[in-house]
Amino acid sequence: MDSRNPAENSIHVESLHASSQRSISSNHSRHSNANSIGEVGLVDLGSKPVRYGSRAESEAFSISQKEINEEDARFVHIADPGKTNERFVFARNSIRTGKYSIFTFIPRNLFEQFHRVAYIYFLIIAVLNQLPQLAVFGRGVSILPLAFVLLVTAVKDAFEDYRRHRSDRIENNRLASVLVNNQLQPKKWKDIQVGEIIKIQASETIPCDMVLLSTSDPTGVAYVQTINLDGESNLKTRYAKQETLSMLPEKEKISGLIRCEKPNRNIYGFQANMEIDGKRLSLGPSNIVLRGCELKNTAWAFGVVVYAGQETKVMLNSSGAPSKRSKLETRMNVEIIMLSLFLVALCTVVSVCAAVWLRRHKDELNYLPFYRKKDFSDGKVEDYNYYGWVLEIFFTFLMSVIVFQIMIPISLYISMELVRVGQAYFMINDTQLYDEASNSRFQCRALNINEDLGQVKYVFSDKTGTLTENKMEFQCASIWGVDYSGEKAISETEQVGYSVQVDGKILTPKMKVKTEKELLQLSKIGKETNEGKHVHDFFLALAACNTIVPLITDSSDPNVKLIDYQGESPDEQALVYAASAYGFVLIERTSGHIVIDIQGQRQRFNVLGLHEFDSERKRMSVILGCPDKTVKVFVKGADTTMFSVTDKSSNLNVIRATEGHLHAFSSLGLRTLVVGMRELSSPEFEQWHASFEAANTALIGRAALLRKIARNIENNLSILGASGIEDKLQNGVPEAIESLRTAGIKVWVLTGDKQETAISIGYSSKLLTRKMTQIIINSNSKESCRRSLEESIVMSKKLMTVSGVENNTEESSRASVTPVALIIDGTSLVYVLDSELEEKLFELASRCSVVLCCRVAPLQKAGIVALVKKRTSDMTLAIGDGANDVSMIQMADVGVGISGQEGRQAVMASDFAMGQFRFLVPLLLVHGHYNYQRMGYMILYNFYRNAVFVLVLFWYVLFTAFTLTTSINEWSSMLYSIIYTALPTIVVGILDKDLSRRTLLKYPQLYGAGHRQECYNSKLFWLTMTDTLWQSAVVFFVPLFAYWGSTIDVSSIGDLWTLAIVILVNLHLAMDVIRWSWLTHAVIWGCIFATWICVIIIDALPFLVGYWAIFEIAKTRLFWLCLLGITIAALLPRFVVKFIYQYYRPCDVQIAREAEKFGDPREFANVQIEMNPIVDRPRR
Amino acid sequence: MLVSIIFIPIGVASLYASRDVVEIIDRYETDCLPENSRSNKDQKVQYIQGPGNKTCSRTIRVPKHMKKPIYVYYQLDNFYQNHRRYVKSRSDEQLRKNSSASDVDACKPEDNGVNGLPIVPCGLIAWSLFNDTYTFSRNSQKLVVNKKGISWKSDREHKFGKDVYPKNFQNGTLRGGKLLDSSIPLSEQEDLIVWMRTAALPTFRKLYGKIEEDLQPNDVIQVILENNYNTYSFSGKKKLVLSTTSWLGGKNDFLGIAYLTVGGLCFFLAVAFTVVYLVKPRQLGDPSYLSWNRNPGGH
Repeated sequence: MDSRNPAENSIHVESLHASSQRSISSNHSRHSNANSIGEVGLVDLGSKPVRYGSRAESEAFSISQKEINEEDARFVHIADPGKTNERFVFARNSIRTGKYSIFTFIPRNLFEQFHRVAYIYFLIIAVLNQLPQLAVFGRGVSILPLAFVLLVTAVKDAFEDYRRHRSDRIENNRLASVLVNNQLQPKKWKDIQVGEIIKIQASETIPCDMVLLSTSDPTGVAYVQTINLDGESNLKTRYAKQETLSMLPEKEKISGLIRCEKPNRNIYGFQANMEIDGKRLSLGPSNIVLRGCELKNTAWAFGVVVYAGQETKVMLNSSGAPSKRSKLETRMNVEIIMLSLFLVALCTVVSVCAAVWLRRHKDELNYLPFYRKKDFSDGKVEDYNYYGWVLEIFFTFLMSVIVFQIMIPISLYISMELVRVGQAYFMINDTQLYDEASNSRFQCRALNINEDLGQVKYVFSDKTGTLTENKMEFQCASIWGVDYSGEKAISETEQVGYSVQVDGKILTPKMKVKTEKELLQLSKIGKETNEGKHVHDFFLALAACNTIVPLITDSSDPNVKLIDYQGESPDEQALVYAASAYGFVLIERTSGHIVIDIQGQRQRFNVLGLHEFDSERKRMSVILGCPDKTVKVFVKGADTTMFSVTDKSSNLNVIRATEGHLHAFSSLGLRTLVVGMRELSSPEFEQWHASFEAANTALIGRAALLRKIARNIENNLSILGASGIEDKLQNGVPEAIESLRTAGIKVWVLTGDKQETAISIGYSSKLLTRKMTQIIINSNSKESCRRSLEESIVMSKKLMTVSGVENNTEESSRASVTPVALIIDGTSLVYVLDSELEEKLFELASRCSVVLCCRVAPLQKAGIVALVKKRTSDMTLAIGDGANDVSMIQMADVGVGISGQEGRQAVMASDFAMGQFRFLVPLLLVHGHYNYQRMGYMILYNFYRNAVFVLVLFWYVLFTAFTLTTSINEWSSMLYSIIYTALPTIVVGILDKDLSRRTLLKYPQLYGAGHRQECYNSKLFWLTMTDTLWQSAVVFFVPLFAYWGSTIDVSSIGDLWTLAIVILVNLHLAMDVIRWSWLTHAVIWGCIFATWICVIIIDALPFLVGYWAIFEIAKTRLFWLCLLGITIAALLPRFVVKFIYQYYRPCDVQIAREAEKFGDPREFANVQIEMNPIVDRPRR
Repeated sequence: MLVSIIFIPIGVASLYASRDVVEIIDRYETDCLPENSRSNKDQKVQYIQGPGNKTCSRTIRVPKHMKKPIYVYYQLDNFYQNHRRYVKSRSDEQLRKNSSASDVDACKPEDNGVNGLPIVPCGLIAWSLFNDTYTFSRNSQKLVVNKKGISWKSDREHKFGKDVYPKNFQNGTLRGGKLLDSSIPLSEQEDLIVWMRTAALPTFRKLYGKIEEDLQPNDVIQVILENNYNTYSFSGKKKLVLSTTSWLGGKNDFLGIAYLTVGGLCFFLAVAFTVVYLVKPRQLGDPSYLSWNRNPGGH
């Protein structure tokens, strides 16, 4: 360009540079959302109201389009923190992630804790008990459980907070060099103010969000690593403004005003403008470096602080995991309500009986030695502690609520949390969920939906990066209508790394690419032949039309340097590597020019303009000033949008041929991109340049303007060719999908890829099989969509009825008999979603065993998940890795993020995160199954445990003239759910395994237990409650009759009851434990032992009524006989029922367990293969 | 199976033990009223609250040989010693230590006497102390009833203070029960100690004393009792019980029957399951029973 531009144009050129940077910035946010070129949204999305919007997405859109108003702008005076903070004091840079300070800890923590309904219930009960009329328990005793729970939680919170404070302190006291009075001084991070200028050295962490002023790079480029921010390890480029990049704040004073938007959490958006030297410049996200990033490959950078401390984007983004509620818990709430009703019923019974009793003994009350309504002691006779009949009944009711309070198992919520933490610990430490390649462990981000993993019915999977590795590899190209797929030539041995020699150093691209002989030769010919020219242009386009930054890194050989192409899109990376293999090595990229080594010749191209990729255009273009002084626009993008902007008049044959090749590529499962170019004439360029300039300086609607300009320039292109990039399947994906399918889970794949690509991936991942009947819906209007849906429903019905009439109800729970696969594309979905057709689609989809949705936009993904979620009660799981899956992940009941190539947005939004798709199998089949089974059992057991206790209390009340005397010592009844019985259920909830991992993985069908809700349903609930009734009756009435009319006193029989319940309840648990470990043993027997100790201690306190009772009663043999009798008699029915069930109607889990125990594994396997039931052979 | 083997013998043994116990129960609350005041409740209450001699004579025949020690109980029916108001109306601190004599908050309505001084022992329980007395004689020869050691040793030593003497007791307008000798410390007032161990059930027995002599069959025992205690106001029954003990305690068939039932049931079930197993066994862990193998075409 230098050679072409006359001297007076020099300013013009400079501003060109600046504007090109701006264009990058304005579309930046969009780019990150659409993450990769192949996977793109739908064009017509904008035309209809958007319903399922992911937050990040809509925010990005709105912010990039909105311009800053004066009112919500923030004014930052450069290098003048005093003036900046004059009107409003902006947040300092000290951060506080801790929630509490020493003084606020107690009130705030209590406040937070009492957000839980359970605690409020606790509190109300405790408060009620403080009223003198109602005091059932001693004051201290009644607060004990609440205090205990509060204390435990508070200690936990305090510890966490302390750790946060400590890390905050370290952060806050780090040093940064800050410009004070034109001198650099070290300053602690916490003292940095908005408006100050900071100098960052290479590899330093950036202390706050700053606008770049100048960098060591003469073009003002700075590279930052954002791994702390979004997990992406590649380098991002940030630019200083042209106007400031030459300024050196150390030497000259800079003054200016930055007007920027209010702090927000969008890390990909920034809107501001800067007034400096009377000029007004606009700033975008590429001009700002964010706290938490590290400066790389740049010696130093100056920046002015715009957001500090809590207002930095990284701090605003540090929010907790999304909270979801597990389905089991929701179900459980129904039963809790049932229990509450039961509680109310018990209390009503007690108060009605009390009322009747009072009425019948009305005349005697005054003198009854055990009632004595009248108080004679003070001379005058008055009522003592009697408030009339009605009030007495009311008090009785309230008192019975207090006495029976643990009917509502408050402790359950706490133990559930503890159990989940334990389960999460085991999941995290599971070596089978550990991904060695990316060194990423399983992450459990949401702690309250562990058990949902055991009931998942629908899996919605993203394709790119989830099923596939998202490691792109250039496979083949079609150039000017000629297919260079080269089946003949590609072999592993020909992986020639192309290298360039620069300044005596050899530069080699880091990754080697398979090359194709013929094409390689053609590319070497150069521009002489027509064919060679096309090849040349094609590879030039691949090398130039991107945002890749080559980084030169050292290798082991000092003479050889490696070129590492860093960029945000893996497709682009693959293309640049490919181009370099064919001799078009991208060596240098600055904002104004790129250097490409073409077959050994270094050539410099001026980048005159760059229109970044956006999901509406689905293409990007670069305008290059070539060394031969021509101006060319290179465009690359998705085929659908590219063909509409090609020059149809010429080269129809080429276009046809390319289309054909594209079809062929995509049916091989390759991701395709079309490359086009056009030479710009001088007036055309001038016109574009003028409008580009105008758009870039525009303050309002810049993004839209730029898009419009891009549309104008990107037309009449001549097609250069198309590229095919392979996206490799991840390890074990076909097997994983197979297992999931056998487990009765429906796998839906939602992808942005083309239909052909999607289908071919479907085949290679065994999602689709040749046996399946495919129903394909591609419609362009609502009507045709309706028609095809109806037809397909009819068709699928026909297929169903042919295949099997008898088991159509059980169809859904097992692998389908006649598999039907539905393939639907995004265009059709536009008409389906949010209309009455949803119903039809769902009907159809529920008949299909596989559903493939291609060409879907991120919002549609969420829409599909919502479609299923709304209509069934089945659990949905969404798995994805990119920003485009965020909405889907948040919508589904369970969101799983893959911590892979495409950044961490998906992980941030997910409930669970892991390294590979195949980990889904152990996660669901093993951990999900365990968690579900354990949690289901634990809930039932907790209901039972507390109900037994309450019922025993209740029975006793019937024998005390309905006055709520508790025979069981008040301390014991408070300790019951804390010490006597709490620990075993938690340990069992964490450790119990009903089947071995091997069996579960071998028979994925066992997962069906969760679908059928085998571990927790209302039948089981009522069975358990019946059992509870029986057990409590045994516990209560055996001693009652045994001691009827004897000298037994309250405390002694109370001790007997306490011990009987505890032993019974723990033995009950022991009976149901499937896999014993030493810990289980220790805890169960330990708890019984602890109970004895506690009872003994309580009875050894002489100031309590029951002093020494346990020793007195333990001396009698009747006591021991009672204990023994109670335990056996109480557990007998349960044992018998369990036995009969297991013997006559064993469930799958049971059989598999027996097989595990007795079965000879080899024989077992044989049976599985033959799959015909063998005749019973008596084994023993 | 195993259970039945253990349970049936225990059941039999405990039934035998229960049968061995000789128990004589004599209900006397109506019989000890004069003929003219038996008709309605008011008369009964009037009689019992009125002054005058309430001595009553009962005759008991010993059916079987009774080995010493023979326990003498009084049994009250329909007396809710476990009533909330009643159970709470005591002060354990006061009973233990002389220094906490004024610790009477819980004792209402028997906390302070008319003179405003604290009652020791305070509370409804102590106030309503049982005050019928029994004297036994066989063939006009007095049978000694030992009233020492009828309470728990632990209670005497730790729960009821040696330095706590009854004060201000039964001074109110309404007299409840027995008067206590204010010169004897509470730790030696064994009737009180026994009474203060409140019974768990509305029908209860309390130990009155022990007869340290064997009784022969057909011995006739004369009981002279003073019928002082008012159970008439709530239609409570009063019974005098003489009983021996076995290794299992008093006479109660329930546990024996219960054990026999459970044992029998277990035995029956064990037999039933064995038969079922022999007739139609199910191979454990046979994968062909897995639900997806059972239904054709499920795989």
